[in-house]
Amino acid sequence: MAEAATRKPRGKGPKEPAMSRDELLRAYRDMLLIRRFEEKAGQLYGMGLIGGFCHLYIGQEAVVVGLTMCTKPGDQVITSYRDHGHMLATGMEARGVMAELTGRIGGYSKGKGGSMHMFSREKGFYGGHGIVGAQVPLGAGLAFANWYRGNDNVAMTYFGEGASNQGQVYESLNLAALFKLPVIFVIENNKYGMGTSVERASASKDLSKNGAPWGIPGEQVNGMDVIAVKEAGERAVAHCRAGNGPYLLEMKTYRYRGHSMSDPAKYRTREEVQKMREQSDCIDTARKLLLESYGVTEAELKVIDDEVKAIVQDSADFAQTSPEPDESELYTDILIEAR
Amino acid sequence: MPRMTANDALTSALIEEMRRDSRVLMFGEGVATKRRDLLEEFGAARVRNTPLAEGIIAGTAAGAAATGLRPVIDLLFAPFLCYAMDEIVNSAGKLRYLSGGQFAFPMVVLAATGAGWGVGAQHNHNIEAWFAHSPGLKVAMPSTPADFKGLLKAAIRDDNPVLFFTDLALGFTEGDVTDEVVPLGQAAIRRNGRDVTLISYAKTVHTCLAAAEQLADRGISAEVLDLRTLKPLDEETVLASARRTGRVVVVHEASRMCGIGAEVAAIVAEKAFRDLRAPVLRLTGPDAPAPASFPLEQAFVPQPGQIVTTVRDLLGTRDVRDVELAGVPV
Repeated sequence: MAEAATRKPRGKGPKEPAMSRDELLRAYRDMLLIRRFEEKAGQLYGMGLIGGFCHLYIGQEAVVVGLTMCTKPGDQVITSYRDHGHMLATGMEARGVMAELTGRIGGYSKGKGGSMHMFSREKGFYGGHGIVGAQVPLGAGLAFANWYRGNDNVAMTYFGEGASNQGQVYESLNLAALFKLPVIFVIENNKYGMGTSVERASASKDLSKNGAPWGIPGEQVNGMDVIAVKEAGERAVAHCRAGNGPYLLEMKTYRYRGHSMSDPAKYRTREEVQKMREQSDCIDTARKLLLESYGVTEAELKVIDDEVKAIVQDSADFAQTSPEPDESELYTDILIEAR
Repeated sequence: MPRMTANDALTSALIEEMRRDSRVLMFGEGVATKRRDLLEEFGAARVRNTPLAEGIIAGTAAGAAATGLRPVIDLLFAPFLCYAMDEIVNSAGKLRYLSGGQFAFPMVVLAATGAGWGVGAQHNHNIEAWFAHSPGLKVAMPSTPADFKGLLKAAIRDDNPVLFFTDLALGFTEGDVTDEVVPLGQAAIRRNGRDVTLISYAKTVHTCLAAAEQLADRGISAEVLDLRTLKPLDEETVLASARRTGRVVVVHEASRMCGIGAEVAAIVAEKAFRDLRAPVLRLTGPDAPAPASFPLEQAFVPQPGQIVTTVRDLLGTRDVRDVELAGVPV
């Protein structure tokens, strides 16, 4: 593609059913699981059971759920420290994620990573990175490995609009375009990098054009609409699997909570948050659509709600009963000793 | 046993390891341009030039390594690694630990440094100790063509990220080279002696050997120990030699404060104190940026005469002949 194509956000709601009934039910379930899981994590944090930093994804669930529906086995996912949703979406167990939050041996990193640093080799989830933008060059490396091996897997590389101003992100865009690497750069634009609004941090007014100088096609997508997200994701994935090089998606989304648990979010009004919650919430939208357009009953949704509730409760129980790591763990997994 | 330059020994290691393991590949600044023989044998996908952007080179290597490839990257000069610190230190060095052991980062980072070419402080800065101070990384810095090859082969086969620093002044030195893999973490005794141990690595090993010759003329028997790998550090060989001679002088080009010499001195003081007959001393480069001018650059680097004077002081045998030799007042 010689020139970057930039599309504007699509209209409200799908024009034709872009998701089957089962798919939307699945998306609803996965978004709800992330929401309830993180609400529980917030509670445990408030109770002092989770230490360190804890960045909640609440409000943004449609992004990772819609995009993960476009992936296949062998694809890789890598993201920032706002990572709990990505882990659940890739199929990692809620138990292991919650137990990592509480720093227990049953956590995905045996309690050594915490909220911001979790991984699953099995699920192709490459973290969980605490430094703004650090995961982006690694995402290029994952895509490089796919290219080198000659497979058609893609590396979904997520970062926030705040990270989009990091130098290594631009180095990654250039290399990915130059080497035609199968990487999908997903900018999760939730409007605030910590407490600084995107307008005050980025001279670029349309982040979907950030790859344009290198000829990387970009789209702005309504990241609060899981169907729109999935549609855009399918276009991006098809582009990458066909060997056309990288693709960039700017997901217009919103986080309801502060940057982390210690952020009272005084840089925006209560009304602004309320308006997003009431008018654009991804779970409410999907729920309404399921009931009104897909013929799903309240009883069916109740079954999902109950299932999610049980998973979350089980994860919270596990996270409090899994043992603390033994002190000897301090010295393991640093270097690999010669066999 | 073939003789070759250290630079050729490095290339020879790369060729042998790429033949041996298809997961080994090389990319970085100008690698395909300056290593035509590798490019011809292994093709453009395995030997690849990149943009001159150290961060993304190291990040790409770390990401590829996490999937099981074994990249060797060339970042040219050690100070350039400052651009790649996040990828090397925070990602390659820490993610195995942070993932509870799920991932490995088998990658080698090549960078040159050291006095001799007058390249100035932004191309010459011996920063090897920085990486020894970072968990999850190994650091090697060879002194001979045989080790350029043997240690690089070991670094490529190692499952951990290895920083491989090459001394600029050694690139065209010749030596005998074998196919032998030189294990990381093993120091070498380059000269046996009884009275004092000179501990060093890279170019200053040869400075120590020259000093040992001069000391021998004065009836002093100096042992010369080449660390070869800075992390893991071969404590056993260091301590055994320190106990044998009872006197240790650590010599390196990198600056003194928190350098490798400080670590060696501390280890010897902590674990071999009762066998010491004198305090452990350090002869190092100054806490100054490396200058470009040849005489300034030579003044920057420890010289044989300074080592001789230091050792003679240590033994209480210094005389007037040493003044001229060291170029410093008594």
